Amino acid sequence: MVAPKFYNFDTLSLHAGHTPDAETGSRAVPIYQTTSYMFESTDHAASLYNLEQPGHIYSRLSNPTVAVLEERMAALEGGVGAVATASGMAAIFLAIATLMDKGGHIVSSGSVYGGTHNLFSYTLPRFGIETTFVNPRDPDGFKAAIRPETRLVFGETLGNPGIEVMNLPVIAEIAHEAGVPLMIDSTFTTPYLMNPFKFGADIVMHSLTKFCGGHGIAIAGCIVDSGAFDWEASGKFPTLTEPYDGYAGIDFAEEFGPQALCMRMRAEGMKDFGACLSPMNAFHILQGLETLPLRMTRHVENAIKVAAFLDAADEVESVNHPSIPSHPDHALAQQLIPKGAGAILSFRIKGGREAGRRFIERVELASHLANVGDAKTLVIHPGSTTHQQMSAEALEAAGIGENLIRVSVGIEDAGDIIADFKTALRASQRG
Amino acid sequence: MQLEMNGKHVHWATGGMVSEDPDAPVLVLVHGAGMDGTIWQLQSRYLAHRGVKVMALDLPGHGASDGPVLENISDMADWVIAVLAAADVERAVIAGHSMGALIALQTAASAPALFTAVGLLGCAAEMPVHPDLIKAAEAGGALAPELVVDWGFGAPSHKGGHPQPGLWAMGAGVRLLMNADPGVLARDLVACDVYKDALTALAQITVPVHLISGDQDKMTPVKAAVPMLQAGAALTQTVLPKTGHMIMVERPREVAKMLLDLARTA
Repeated sequence: MVAPKFYNFDTLSLHAGHTPDAETGSRAVPIYQTTSYMFESTDHAASLYNLEQPGHIYSRLSNPTVAVLEERMAALEGGVGAVATASGMAAIFLAIATLMDKGGHIVSSGSVYGGTHNLFSYTLPRFGIETTFVNPRDPDGFKAAIRPETRLVFGETLGNPGIEVMNLPVIAEIAHEAGVPLMIDSTFTTPYLMNPFKFGADIVMHSLTKFCGGHGIAIAGCIVDSGAFDWEASGKFPTLTEPYDGYAGIDFAEEFGPQALCMRMRAEGMKDFGACLSPMNAFHILQGLETLPLRMTRHVENAIKVAAFLDAADEVESVNHPSIPSHPDHALAQQLIPKGAGAILSFRIKGGREAGRRFIERVELASHLANVGDAKTLVIHPGSTTHQQMSAEALEAAGIGENLIRVSVGIEDAGDIIADFKTALRASQRG
Repeated sequence: MQLEMNGKHVHWATGGMVSEDPDAPVLVLVHGAGMDGTIWQLQSRYLAHRGVKVMALDLPGHGASDGPVLENISDMADWVIAVLAAADVERAVIAGHSMGALIALQTAASAPALFTAVGLLGCAAEMPVHPDLIKAAEAGGALAPELVVDWGFGAPSHKGGHPQPGLWAMGAGVRLLMNADPGVLARDLVACDVYKDALTALAQITVPVHLISGDQDKMTPVKAAVPMLQAGAALTQTVLPKTGHMIMVERPREVAKMLLDLARTA
């Protein structure tokens, strides 16, 4: 039997979503720096507003440059479509606000990005949406936390900053048994290292700011929908299965089938919440995506070398990276993420908080900043920055200690990264 | 929209509006193998908001209509006629895509008084299906849907450029087929494979028949329509450039306008 001749990942990362226009022949994706689009007629305008015809109206809703990025991400993830947003956090909020109302409940891994933790813990409750956090390595915990009003199970492919590997097939089954979708933050793995849809996830979100961009010059996010979740059968998602008065009574599931979530997120969420991505930033992220396969290969190679160095270093208590054989999820990572479990690692330094501070201050090559996924190596102390809002108990539950340092391993020469860390580790112990 | 027929739930999409004008034209849309009425999503709202009563049917066992899946094109045509009777439709235009085009042909031939025009999208006099594809569909999984989508879309769609911002046609096509119940695609492919009465049906139809083809269609190539053009006195054809078999997705605006013109002949 012949195999389908789809373009492969490396090709899609360069081409998906874009065909040079016949008028100019521009090979690069043009930056459509415009707020709005000329209507052909009043009938055309009315039909666009009423979703009768596809097309662009206003760049808060859609933009041709942004649409290329959206289609490219959907292609790379194997989804039915995507909606790009101003940031990864905007993407999470867009999905949640589309899926549930006041009274909704989320079951989330406790090991998530600090911004996500804050949104779930403090902001969403103000709108009547509660979250129960559970240990990402405890599938029974997910099951036990699901309530009748649960509308979403959430986690990260690789926990932040504990680098726990989410057991997607098992957690997906638990979510689906309860009639709710599994949404996964796949920022750390990118579509190159892992396609969560293949393991049962229904919705994927990315902070495109990170590895997908890779250059650290543009903030962006996106939601990709697999189109696999049966909203009608679940019966728990009236925003998708019942008429929406905000759009002339449209029933998104009936009219758009597998693309219902994407269409509702755009028609309502982008229109009303307005967290749109600028065409310039979409262009920047697209430049990053073009080299994603090459960069991720190098990121992973370097991460394995740096993790091994830290694991052997006398100044280090422990290293969190699934490439280390003693990591609790080493085998699971090989099963789910065989190309490599990302380039984020964390380690606990001997000497407590002071030693951590000295390490951060003594690195010369690595950059101390609040980001990950840059082509350059980055370091940060989560307890005092990204996760500072978390209580001591929540920090402990998420596996974050005062002496934990998170590293985003870049694509510099691995020997140079290791030399920089070796010097900083020695300095950290001198007191 | 829905009704109960012989104890079975029958569902169709309306495009979000049903004209209250008793003289509004009715356009019946019939999807292809393994799909459902949402494949017309880029046309149904456009038509409905221009005074057309859209019935984008889910065939039995597809989408939200109860099963079981019908075994052959003739039974599917009889089912469409029964649905229209149950819905009190006395005059309509019928259009179908791929397997749905065969159903449209057979339906119009079986109930000539019911239809004023016929639209065929991606249609050939015969639609033989490779046994290996049927076997793959019977086995389930992604292979058969991926092969159908690979062959179904023209070269431009393999890179993208979906007319609806943010959507990925190839992924959506695979997903629509994967979301069908097990065995549905395989049975539909068999129904296409064994149906040999298209030319006979076409010869019986006296109302206008319009065939819309894609010049990159690998499944029902343009040349495969030649026997139909010879057999159907009232048959006209439009060939759309850089277009494969999934014409409604690849050329949504052109198809919507052609269907509107067709519906207004009712």
